[in-house]
Amino acid sequence: MSPNDMNPNDRSYTREHEWIIVEDAASRRAQVGITHYAQEQLGDIVYFELPRVGDSLSHLGKMGEVESVKAVSDLFSPVSGEVIEVNPGLGDQPELTNNDPFGEGWLLRVTMSDPSEIDSLLSAEEYDAYISGLH
Amino acid sequence: MDHGNGHFQSHYIPNTTGEQAGMLASLGLSSIEELFADIPAEHRNPSLRLPAPMAELEIQRELGGLAGRNRPLGSGPSFLGAGSYHHFIPAIVKALVTRGEFITAYTPYQAEASQGTLQVIYEFQTLICNLYGMEVANAGMYDGATSLAEAALMACRVTRRERVAALDTVSPAYRSVIEAYCRPQQIEVATVRSEDIGVGGESNLSDTACLVSQYPNFYGGIEDLGRLVETAHSAGGLSVVSCDPIAAGMFRPPGDYGADIVTGEGQPLGIPPSYGGPYVGLFATKQEYIRQMPSRLSGRTVDRNGQTGYVLTLQTREQHIRRERATSNICTNEALYALASTIYLAALGKSGLRQVAELCYHKSQYAASRIAALPGYSVAGYPGNGAGSFFREFVAQCPAPPAEINRRLMERNILGGLDVSDRYPNGMLLCVTEMNTRNEIEQLADVLGAI
Amino acid sequence: MRQGGNRDTSKLLMERSVPGRAGCVLPECDVPSAPLPDGALLRDELPLPELSEPEVVQYFTGLSQRNFSIDTHFYPLGSCTMKYNPKINDETAFLPGFAGIHPLQPAAQSQGALELLYRLQEFLGEITGLPAVSLATLAGAHGELAGMLMVRAYLQARGETGRTKVAIPDSAHGTNPASAAMAGFEVVELASNSQGNVDLEALHEVADDSLAGVMITLPSTLGLFDTSIVEVCRIVHNAGGLVYGDGANMNALLGRVKLGDLGFDVAHLNLHKTFSTPHGGGGPGAGPVCATERLAPYLAAPVVAGAGADGYRLTAPESSIGKLAGFHGNFGVLVRAYTYIRTLGAAGIRSISGNAVLNANYMMNALRDVYHLPYDRACMHEAVFSADWQKARGAGGLEIAKRLLDYGFHAPTMYFPLIVPECLMIEPTESETRETIDEFVDALKRIDGEITQDAELVRSAPHTTPVARLDEAQAARRPDLRWRGG
Repeated sequence: MSPNDMNPNDRSYTREHEWIIVEDAASRRAQVGITHYAQEQLGDIVYFELPRVGDSLSHLGKMGEVESVKAVSDLFSPVSGEVIEVNPGLGDQPELTNNDPFGEGWLLRVTMSDPSEIDSLLSAEEYDAYISGLH
Repeated sequence: MDHGNGHFQSHYIPNTTGEQAGMLASLGLSSIEELFADIPAEHRNPSLRLPAPMAELEIQRELGGLAGRNRPLGSGPSFLGAGSYHHFIPAIVKALVTRGEFITAYTPYQAEASQGTLQVIYEFQTLICNLYGMEVANAGMYDGATSLAEAALMACRVTRRERVAALDTVSPAYRSVIEAYCRPQQIEVATVRSEDIGVGGESNLSDTACLVSQYPNFYGGIEDLGRLVETAHSAGGLSVVSCDPIAAGMFRPPGDYGADIVTGEGQPLGIPPSYGGPYVGLFATKQEYIRQMPSRLSGRTVDRNGQTGYVLTLQTREQHIRRERATSNICTNEALYALASTIYLAALGKSGLRQVAELCYHKSQYAASRIAALPGYSVAGYPGNGAGSFFREFVAQCPAPPAEINRRLMERNILGGLDVSDRYPNGMLLCVTEMNTRNEIEQLADVLGAI
Repeated sequence: MRQGGNRDTSKLLMERSVPGRAGCVLPECDVPSAPLPDGALLRDELPLPELSEPEVVQYFTGLSQRNFSIDTHFYPLGSCTMKYNPKINDETAFLPGFAGIHPLQPAAQSQGALELLYRLQEFLGEITGLPAVSLATLAGAHGELAGMLMVRAYLQARGETGRTKVAIPDSAHGTNPASAAMAGFEVVELASNSQGNVDLEALHEVADDSLAGVMITLPSTLGLFDTSIVEVCRIVHNAGGLVYGDGANMNALLGRVKLGDLGFDVAHLNLHKTFSTPHGGGGPGAGPVCATERLAPYLAAPVVAGAGADGYRLTAPESSIGKLAGFHGNFGVLVRAYTYIRTLGAAGIRSISGNAVLNANYMMNALRDVYHLPYDRACMHEAVFSADWQKARGAGGLEIAKRLLDYGFHAPTMYFPLIVPECLMIEPTESETRETIDEFVDALKRIDGEITQDAELVRSAPHTTPVARLDEAQAARRPDLRWRGG
């Protein structure tokens, strides 16, 4: 794994390959995306079907879809909460998530309704171990 | 009767008995029968009661005989329309469509080996958008009826509503197809009187996914599309219009009025009536609904050397990827007839299509005026929510039942119109196109006048 | 071969347009002109091309030459049955007495057409052993929808409204689940076992009082005849469900076994596969539905009733699922299929399956040492390989398929069925010569060698087609679906 493929240890992961990072604990604001491993498995991402601002999300519930040229996969929300922002760049350039899944290719900003849900997610180290078991 | 147990060397199968033996030997087998050992023995090699094989010469006689017992439209004056139309088809359409490279190709999944078909589909999408004034069109549906039914289903997906309203001036056959497509998905289909739109009769459209109309309507009337679109939108639904492509050569297209999904029967665009098929369904919509569209789309892109090329795209909508969550189950559509329509539109072009439309308009107006002047006959206004005209078809109200009139017409080898007496007393839906000469119209009027 | 000037196809119709050119001359109007409608109703702009007739012919001829087709290339697409399309079939379909007749003209003026349809219903009923036939559906998936609506209507008529599930093998064509969903059913996936047959244990698990039926393709998309098919039908029937047959692969079974004898209740045929009607670059097809007598009342309308006092006539079965299309079916396609069956007779029909299965096994045997056979048993009309051995050496199914184009062969079906990795599904059909099959086998062996020597050559294929590998991601990310000028 090259350095930019590393799963950063500043965030938490789902077994469905989403990540979440708390940006501001006081206001319960967090950012959500998909992992490098996910984008690599998908290949060229061509479209995201994402929830709209104001939509509510449930813990590990379906929150949208991601499409590559010849596949569609469901996206799951790491936490429950409300969508406050959708990455505006993805509409025209879904490839942002291929190029920089942990940075510019983020998907959503949310207000978490129960930050303790994060405790049930995987750490970077646990996620590393999890995906290496998938090969 | 031939039970198929003997040897028969078909001219469509190259393998000779000798070659078969050689190929079987390479497999360690001695008979073709052994290849079918997986089939339960008690069900293997059933009797097959089919007529004996025929030589091509015999086939020509046999099929020629059957064809000879039908009356083709071209064999005498014909005034029947109602969804399938007798229009002129330039010779080049058949000459090009029957080229082996087009007619014997498969669906263009292998883009590099199918650039011809893919570019044709892209051209088709362009011309249908231009004709209807819409932003995107697909590669075509089965026919006009299924196109409209799929549009109704799409409107339900877009609006997340489960009720469809169709005007009573939409083709009864189309309305039954909408019904058959919607019913299993628990979508209610309501019929709304066209005359009631704009005068309060639309008040119950509040949970309706779409208001379905036809332009011109089934009875030939040009409806007030602006009002229909506005009514659908003010109820929070979509406006779905089935639009005749020849009429669109002359009348303002539905896209100009803000229609959300425009469908149509492509048959008038260079496709023979052929007893009802194969035709091609036209389907166009707005850019924002593109991911809810059924059927294939050809997109322009570049190859690894930067050269322009075409591919099937947005395939994640389709059944081979999304399976039970696909926008439709459609796979094989009517590509060859999308090609026919594209060639037709290219040949007729800007001035030709307008001219065909105007010929239909003037000739049908003339026929209507001749019939309205006959004692005992009248022409039913402008059926529906009239904007004040009709196109190619009109309803003549006759002094006798249409079945009787048609019988009398056929005695003179004239094919009369469709019996619509369920809606108009003694009503007959007559169709006049550029194929009908003035002389034919006079003959029709003469026979009608004598009844 | 390059074409210069206007015969070069790179410019689109609207780009070729020259104001004032006309591709068609129409007669003058021979009736007095009527006043035109209110100008607000008329369009001022009609953005269609202006081209002369020779330009139109040259452009479309040029485009046709950028296609592979059965007439120009071996086209071994699995489950698509790209066999020879006899020219006489096109000739009969275009006879004025067929192509020139109106669908609503009186039965008395359509007796030849109706008799042809009636006889075709009988032929297809005889071939499938499912005697109740409707020709009204316009493609395979359309037939599937009709068949599943019939299942639904039949169960509802018996008050069995709790039967909401349809089980479909994981190897099925995507239209099966899509059609079942359109017919209002919930889809459950059915696993295949290591032999490629339906896993009977998995079937037992879903065979309860919520099961409406199963949809089975026979032979399966693995090219295999399910040896437990009679048992599958029995299990489904015992649970109160019905068995739907997807006839996509009927070319293997013609005259060898009847679906009705095996226990199928309803099936569709693809006339554009098995019965030689041309595929047209993606249609038209025809998907007639054949069923047992007990399902006859539910067939899609119309069907043709036999000769009474007034001859043949169109009629709606008493509890019909209704009309699923504007008229009576893709008649032009039905004429072709009728012509084909009459040409061949029973012996000819049986020789189709015999030679199709022989050719497939001959080809499979010739390739088995070089390409991996995940289900190593006698195949039917098509053989399914996995290119996983080649993938490990640097080029997989997609690349091999593209490289075949350089050898002048159309690619096989790839990545389907979904349960075989790096799948290559090859169907030679009965109408190919042994010489063609030998040369195709040789090409696949050479490509295997190329992967060892120069995998990049294969990975970057095709090299000889009108365009190279296209950027599909770009096409889907920023869809360009029509010419917009400029």
